[in-house]
Amino acid sequence: MSTPVLQVRDLRVEYTTSAGQAEAVAGVSFDLAPGEFLAIVGESGCGKSTMLFSIAQLLTYPAQTVGGSVLFDGIDLTTLTPEELRQHRWRDISVVMQSAMNALNPTLSIGAQLADACRAHTDWDDHKIAHRSAEVLTMVSIDVTHLKSYPFQLSGGMRQRAMIAMALLLEPKLIIMDEPTSALDVVAQRSLMRQIENLRKELGFAVLFVTHDMSVVSHFSDRLAVMYAGEFVELGATREVFDRPRHPYSNGLMDAFPSIVGAAKELTGIPGNPPSLVNPPGGCLFAPRCQFATDECREFRPELIDSEGRAVRCHLVNPRVTS
Amino acid sequence: MTDAILQVKDLSRYFRVGGFRSAGTLHATDEVSFEVAPSEIVALVGESGSGKSTIARVLAGLYPPTSGQIIFEGQLQGRRTSRKVRGRMPMVFQDPFGSINPVLRVGHSLLRSLKLHRPDLDKAARRAEAVSLLERVGLLPGGEVLRRYPHELSGGQRQRLGFAQALASRPSLILADEPVSMLDVSIRIGLLNVMRGLRDNEHVSVLYITHDLASARYVADRMIVLYAGRIVEEGTTQEVIGFPSHPYTRLLMATAPDPRLPLASDTDVADLGEPPKVINPGPGCRFAPRCPLAMDQCLVSTPTMVHLSPTQRVACYAVEQP
Repeated sequence: MSTPVLQVRDLRVEYTTSAGQAEAVAGVSFDLAPGEFLAIVGESGCGKSTMLFSIAQLLTYPAQTVGGSVLFDGIDLTTLTPEELRQHRWRDISVVMQSAMNALNPTLSIGAQLADACRAHTDWDDHKIAHRSAEVLTMVSIDVTHLKSYPFQLSGGMRQRAMIAMALLLEPKLIIMDEPTSALDVVAQRSLMRQIENLRKELGFAVLFVTHDMSVVSHFSDRLAVMYAGEFVELGATREVFDRPRHPYSNGLMDAFPSIVGAAKELTGIPGNPPSLVNPPGGCLFAPRCQFATDECREFRPELIDSEGRAVRCHLVNPRVTS
Repeated sequence: MTDAILQVKDLSRYFRVGGFRSAGTLHATDEVSFEVAPSEIVALVGESGSGKSTIARVLAGLYPPTSGQIIFEGQLQGRRTSRKVRGRMPMVFQDPFGSINPVLRVGHSLLRSLKLHRPDLDKAARRAEAVSLLERVGLLPGGEVLRRYPHELSGGQRQRLGFAQALASRPSLILADEPVSMLDVSIRIGLLNVMRGLRDNEHVSVLYITHDLASARYVADRMIVLYAGRIVEEGTTQEVIGFPSHPYTRLLMATAPDPRLPLASDTDVADLGEPPKVINPGPGCRFAPRCPLAMDQCLVSTPTMVHLSPTQRVACYAVEQP
């Protein structure tokens, strides 16, 4: 495997709340290879977006990165000053936010917003900016006449594609995407995922993609991480995790959405709510909702143990060695 | 079907668009006819812009229809709906964060709609009824939830509250406008089960508006597929999912994300474009520009609904007639 473009080690993020420090990201580690597509799925509040923001160094109070490192091409982003970070943003790492309706400026045309990003991060002249703007819009199948359009003149799917065009401007090595498909309906979702897939093959950037709907990424991501209460509970090749989920939580998520094929069956979802992150219970964080939980699970916190490319955090999968 | 609780006949709703002098008319829904039977969940399926929410809003009396008839519980509805009708046919909105007043306790809004719609109940009975309503939609313990503020509830719990509120006026039909689309996937199934429970235990019908075929299949008895303001296919859930006939229904089937299926290749299905804005439409099938089966005839005249079975109807020239 080539050198990872991103190495995250033991990343910890805390929120300051009136009840105390809430650990939203509790020691996440992973590597991302160049050109790889890693999807992170989990329920609202599991810390997936917080983790992305922490990787991109975009957290603001009350959230704070309190530990760990984010190595991008060997440079630890957590130690950089804002000015040094600016050199890497957009050029090396760009971010596509969840809601394109709010992320785009409603008072500026798409072209003006693309030009704005270029001027902030390059010394290109107007001619070069216009050329590149037209180029990236074409890449995401938006007609160049829309350079003059305002966000309200575009449909939801086109706005989200325009956001991706903007992220592509300076050919970054890594694009971070925070639920880009969640405001779209199914046909637009499919066409956006297809677009991301084709661009990634063509341009070779890596993708870190967060979503609560794992069915969206099932056919597009290389690897899948399932996140629960600030921790990865399972990480492996996407197809394998889907076909043979090993953590009870992944299994529950898989059974939580109805299908258009197969026998119509009664679904129950996962009963219960995620634990409080302020004073999390001892033992496995999923134990209170887990139908397989044993006394051991309630007492000892399981580790994320990797075996042949599949990492699982569960005592039932990785029996505890007692000495 | 004469026992239908709701009959919609040739319902159209147009909006004037553009500037002051503009002659543009947006055909949000065009000559839509369908029925809902008692204790039945009917799914209205379509993309954004297909007119599905407009139908619900017209039925709820939020705006009057441009033309067409709405017959609810045997009564032809006028341009304005009465409070009684709104109580018998309440609406649950898409956004659980925008549709509940954040400064009032859960009990306030629930007791208020009981006061308006159930004048037969005294104060103690209203309170008991409110607790029972909350518990019927799975908000336990009801007495405790009644004292909470909306911000203390999660998105899924707020949507359950929406259904409790709708249930307060003893409805025969609930209009549910994308009630789960803003919720997490893991929470959606709970709400879908609430809708099934309302049908099976309370004998309430639901008009379930969604763009998600899989969830429609899970809850609905019948499905109506809308495209650009017109019904393109209608049938029982088994018929529409098992034998999708209209090319648009097939497109929706192929794009439904499902990890259990291999990825459908995009070349088998219609153009992944976007539905048109139907402003001053000409004749012809509105799906024709994206349709892989489009013929000359499709561009010049509008296909009418033909029956494929007693319950399945489709509007498409390319579909073989039985």
